[in-house]
Amino acid sequence: MFDFREKPGQLIDAHGQDTERKGFFTDTSICIGCKACEVACKEWNQVPMEGNLELLESSYDNTGGLGANTWRHVAFIEQDEEQIEKARDSGQKLISLGMPSIGAPETREKDTAKHIGMPEFGSPGTRIKEKVDNPPNPDTPEFRWLMSSDVCKHCTFAGCLDVCPTGALYRTEYGTVVVQDDICNGCGTCVAGCPFGVIERRDTGTIHTKPDRVDSRYAMDVKHEGTANKCTLCYDRLVDDQVPACAQTCPTTSIKFGNQSEMVESAVERVTTMHAQGSTEARLYGANTNDGVGGIGSVFLLLDEPEVYGLPPDPQVPTKDLPQMYKKVGIAAAGMLAAAATAFVGARKK
Amino acid sequence: MTLSDFDSYRPAHEGRRKKKRNRPPGNGRRRGGGGGDGAREMSMVDDVEFSDSYYGRPIVKPPPWDWKISAYLFAGGVAGGSGMLAAGADAAGLEKLRRNTRLTALGATIGGTGFLILDLGRPERFLHMMRTFKVSSPMNIGTWILSGFGTAAGVVAAIEVDRITGEKLPLGPLRTILHWVEKPTGAVAALFGAPLASYTGALLADTAVPTWNAARDNLSYLFVSSAAMASSGVAMITTPTEQTRPARVLATAGAAADLYFAEKLTEPMHPAEAEPLQTGRAGKKLRWAKGLTIAGGIGAALLGRNRIAAIASGAALATASALTRMAVLEAGIDSTKDPRHVVEPQKARLEARRAQGIVDDSITTVG
Ligand code: SF4
Ligand code: SF4
Ligand code: SF4
Repeated sequence: MFDFREKPGQLIDAHGQDTERKGFFTDTSICIGCKACEVACKEWNQVPMEGNLELLESSYDNTGGLGANTWRHVAFIEQDEEQIEKARDSGQKLISLGMPSIGAPETREKDTAKHIGMPEFGSPGTRIKEKVDNPPNPDTPEFRWLMSSDVCKHCTFAGCLDVCPTGALYRTEYGTVVVQDDICNGCGTCVAGCPFGVIERRDTGTIHTKPDRVDSRYAMDVKHEGTANKCTLCYDRLVDDQVPACAQTCPTTSIKFGNQSEMVESAVERVTTMHAQGSTEARLYGANTNDGVGGIGSVFLLLDEPEVYGLPPDPQVPTKDLPQMYKKVGIAAAGMLAAAATAFVGARKK
Repeated sequence: MTLSDFDSYRPAHEGRRKKKRNRPPGNGRRRGGGGGDGAREMSMVDDVEFSDSYYGRPIVKPPPWDWKISAYLFAGGVAGGSGMLAAGADAAGLEKLRRNTRLTALGATIGGTGFLILDLGRPERFLHMMRTFKVSSPMNIGTWILSGFGTAAGVVAAIEVDRITGEKLPLGPLRTILHWVEKPTGAVAALFGAPLASYTGALLADTAVPTWNAARDNLSYLFVSSAAMASSGVAMITTPTEQTRPARVLATAGAAADLYFAEKLTEPMHPAEAEPLQTGRAGKKLRWAKGLTIAGGIGAALLGRNRIAAIASGAALATASALTRMAVLEAGIDSTKDPRHVVEPQKARLEARRAQGIVDDSITTVG
């Protein structure tokens, strides 16, 4: 059977050196919603402003969602007791499905908040270390925040890349998916091809925030207008052995960056720890190479169902079914030719 | 949910408010089959509820395609069908039909390509589509088909123009060569015309847009039927009735197939994927298209020997085809607006696989 899906193969850089697939592990359980990643990404990549600085009436999220001018997006969700309970139940259900797992914890400790361990990082003092080890947690049994920094998934089977007709989207030596802005002709096919709604054509967006700055000498034209834009996994930083801007700036290490395989490993480790601590709501998103997109480059740890965060619950790369679709195209074309030929039977002009 | 005095200033959670209102009293968390909510279609999958969404925001993005792409789909169908009619007319010696369909084919190709280019974010880079040959991209393959067709259709149309003007075009010795390659080139146009009319099915289906992707089983079939009736319809308008009998036959067959596949289209779909085709602006267009297809099809079959009736039927069929293309495009765009169209079918298929005991292919795992 044909398979038209592209995936990261052997990765080598311009000098012929072997490279590793890079990725993120975004641990949303320790995200504090500071949006430093959003800012760092905007600054480093000179991503223009989106919209008009409106308040969106969605908790502290006034960014909206990923798009041409938003490559990192921090989601804020406020949940009450019923929803927290539901998240735990759905997590418990996942565990008991008999998926590859560590098995369900027998009992759940009532006050989970105290027991959510934070991974250590080099702390400047014992007082801070103490705070870090035992974080003051605003969550109560009746209320919790969910915060999650969303980003392009850098899929193993990337729908955007497969359907791009110009080859503007390509797989880098780090296994990431990047648009070449000088090639893209803005056809918009990739926008429809992405099951996560990440990539978008940049039709609007502004660099200058106020009308009075239009004439300022700092005013700039919007870059790459009319082409598709998304997270590059800071390709320009990776080639210089730098950490992506969002990960480097993240103060809680909620965004971790590294070799994709190691990211998956630490994600599994973390979810195992959380389950052992009784947080059955914890689950991984995108760590399964068997899923509809072959696993993703930026793995997440979520504390509720994916759709609560605005993520699709069962994304599939559309190109998976392309061989069958082409078969239908062929049958349809043959049928039309046959119908037209039949219509002319006996039509010869006397 | 009020936790402190200040919470009264907090805007209510849109998704949650809706959900609370819809939940039957006393029922913990399952909302069976969409009952109690008149605005929604009955869900066939009782087990799956639409619980939460992120403030009702879209999950999948619609491509930046508007009426220009609908127009391209329509024009591509007319062009492809006309290419076939022209080849048939050439073989059967129906000169007027051949001339008119060849000119239609070229006109529709130019118009369609124009729409396609105008819809690009960077129209000046249209030719970047042809810097590569990429089978995984129906858009890329389609551009190659379009160019192949356009070249062949252009050559035979040029011959017709030369004939109309009494061989006045400054062709010189080229004329002999052109006449020599006329028949094969016409056949090439017919051969490229078929995939030109059908590949657009894969173009739309090979996306994450719920309604288009769910239409993958029948969309190409619907599009060729639509193309057959549209191109024959145009031929019935342009050409005197004594030469359009084949076009009328094809128009009737196309109309019948179109009606069949328009029904079949939603059959394999989840109700949430089918809904945008059945309701709203797309549903309305499809109902009009159905009426016009029936009228035009009957007209072509029974009254096609009358010039006026032939023109009316042809126009009805072409309009029906244009409406169908618009409706399919709009239904897809609409299906991305409410995350329900994404989440409900995905949860249903995930549940279905789990019910079969397949638990190793979920994107959500626990370790
Ligand atoms: S998430 Fe979307 S844009 Fe990112 S690699 Fe996957 S398909 Fe492409
Ligand atoms: S918009 Fe650009 S990147 Fe996207 S599919 Fe078209 S050419 Fe490729
Ligand atoms: S990796 Fe770079 S481009 Fe991607 S979200 Fe982070 S800062 Fe932005």
